[in-house]
Amino acid sequence: MSQTTGHASDNYFSLDDILTTQEKLPCKVEMPIYRLGYLDQSSDDSTLQPGTKLEMPFWLARSLCSRRRHIVSVEMPRAYRESYRQIFKADPNVVDLHKLGPYFYGFGSYLLNFQHSEAADIGNSLVKTFQGRFRKIMDSSQNALNQDTSKLTEKLDESEKKIFVAGQLGLHDFQRWETRQTEKLMTSAMVQKHRKRKRAVLEETS
Amino acid sequence: MLAEKALELVREQHRCTDGALAPFNEDGIRQVLEEMRALFEQNQRDTTATVSGEVGLFSSIQLRHTALERNKRCVLAYLNNRLEHIKRMRWEFGSVLPADLRYNLCEQEVQWFNSYNRMLANYMRAIGDTGGVDLTQDMKPPKSLYVEVRCVADHGEFETQDGDLIVLKKNSQHFLLRSECEHLIRQGVLEHIVHRM
Repeated sequence: MSQTTGHASDNYFSLDDILTTQEKLPCKVEMPIYRLGYLDQSSDDSTLQPGTKLEMPFWLARSLCSRRRHIVSVEMPRAYRESYRQIFKADPNVVDLHKLGPYFYGFGSYLLNFQHSEAADIGNSLVKTFQGRFRKIMDSSQNALNQDTSKLTEKLDESEKKIFVAGQLGLHDFQRWETRQTEKLMTSAMVQKHRKRKRAVLEETS
Repeated sequence: MLAEKALELVREQHRCTDGALAPFNEDGIRQVLEEMRALFEQNQRDTTATVSGEVGLFSSIQLRHTALERNKRCVLAYLNNRLEHIKRMRWEFGSVLPADLRYNLCEQEVQWFNSYNRMLANYMRAIGDTGGVDLTQDMKPPKSLYVEVRCVADHGEFETQDGDLIVLKKNSQHFLLRSECEHLIRQGVLEHIVHRM
């Protein structure tokens, strides 16, 4: 595993991965960091003093806290601590993972990179939570045809949403095949969207 | 916080992933580059100070370096995802982009689009011995040689392969070679009419 950057090279350009690594976690400074005091807005000191607590995005914390260097120490974010894990265990289906961080699973598995004492428990909890929720996601994505799905997806994490969309796509394709619509040549999706937008602009100006 | 501007670029691109391409954010890129230059200069100052004997600067150098790499990643991802989007547009809109969409590209992107166009055309011409294959044709397996189509927009005159001249007027119906009118259907000029059995 790469110790320095913490991302696999194949998703270097992935926008989702960039947003995942932007999630913040509480950190404590262990060594003085000179001339970067402005990162902590609550103090006027030009140095980040040891003991300062601040929130850092994952990409920053990852490079400052590893086995080799220990410039900051990290704590697990609230949503991954024992109290929340109990809730996930009780009933994973009622939790609003979108609110707990839209990239709940992705960020959670990145957190396992820090050699934290709770890492193993967090990992298990993520898997169990996903297992508990997957059945419902799959079921709802396969059975919601031509209806508003925003109610069904509002509590889903981003990766769960992708699964939901994939399920919906399969359902729609099958439906189109059953009604013999697949042979019909269609306007490209992009062209269609572009035209709608243009029409909206025309109506506004006229 | 560091790398905020770069993150904004990424967010902007993320928002329009399945919509229309947003205008090229030249200002955003410039601001990110400025931040990167500032970080780099500070780092250089601190490294020279370390070489001349000052201690304890390592942590801030490391922090700035990480921020530099983060900025770089965000900008590259922004540019790369735009290129992917432009590439998709070539396949959906055809070789000529609508003017209002081309307006959203920066100069280098227009150049890139043109050379992609040329490469694709050259490649398609080079397939096989009989003058090439149009890869943008028959995106779905064809079921018949001719198709019935209806015009949804005025398109003007259209010359078929056998020399006939037909006028594509709104709401008129035609029976055309599938290979000839498929790209017009994809561009939304014609509508394919399927008779239910």
